[in-house]
Amino acid sequence: MREFIFYLLIICAGTGGELCVSRAMKAVGEVKDFRPASLVKVAARALRVPWMWLGLTLMGTAFFALLGVLSMENVSLVVPVTALSYAAGALGGKFFLGEQVTRRRWTGVLLVCLGVALVIMGRR
Amino acid sequence: MNSSAGLHLKTYLLILLMVTFGPLGNVLLGKGMKGVGAVSVSTPAEAIDVLSRVLGSGTIWLGIGSLISFFVAYMLVLSWADYSYVQPASSVAYAVVALLAHYMLREVVTPMRWIGVLVICLGVVVVGNTPPRTTEPF
Repeated sequence: MREFIFYLLIICAGTGGELCVSRAMKAVGEVKDFRPASLVKVAARALRVPWMWLGLTLMGTAFFALLGVLSMENVSLVVPVTALSYAAGALGGKFFLGEQVTRRRWTGVLLVCLGVALVIMGRR
Repeated sequence: MNSSAGLHLKTYLLILLMVTFGPLGNVLLGKGMKGVGAVSVSTPAEAIDVLSRVLGSGTIWLGIGSLISFFVAYMLVLSWADYSYVQPASSVAYAVVALLAHYMLREVVTPMRWIGVLVICLGVVVVGNTPPRTTEPF
């Protein structure tokens, strides 16, 4: 049960965090100058976008859940199982955002789920 | 080099950094957390004890450093590249994790698990190969 909660947090908080960070970075704009001083300015700009803070909070939650599950399970099991975030993303997109998830995308999601099932069954 | 080729080059370079540092960070965290032992946080004293053991592990700090490198590369590439492009391109990280877990942690990766990882990579590529927008912008 504890592992299930950890996986749920990794998948849901992790996916939500990535989407928030993605949105924040689009608001910051394309990074063209990679000198350290410029990167610090980009980071400062990014931290002024509220989406970045929400994204970092969610990703931090997912990180601690990852630490928890890694204390119990092998990395070669844990990381592939977190790929279920693609299924969470597709379901969330369809039911919360009203997106039209194409048949091709469902096929990809099903392949991910099949792969995760194989990884879990591949336990020695 | 024209600007399009330059954009491709820096995109590939940053995705390469992502698929290196992300899996490396996860493997280092896995190694560090195995040293910490199973996490139990039912009382505040236990939580503080676990936190102090986690923060006292050099391997975990290396893992955090590696994941921060991944995160910086990820944020930079998302400033110009589509999420729906970056997501499938970085799917190879699942295979890299299995390789690193096998060679660095001596984890047994069974043939079925390898097939599972490859099916996951294929699934992620199929997901990414769909229209990135199916709704009207707000």
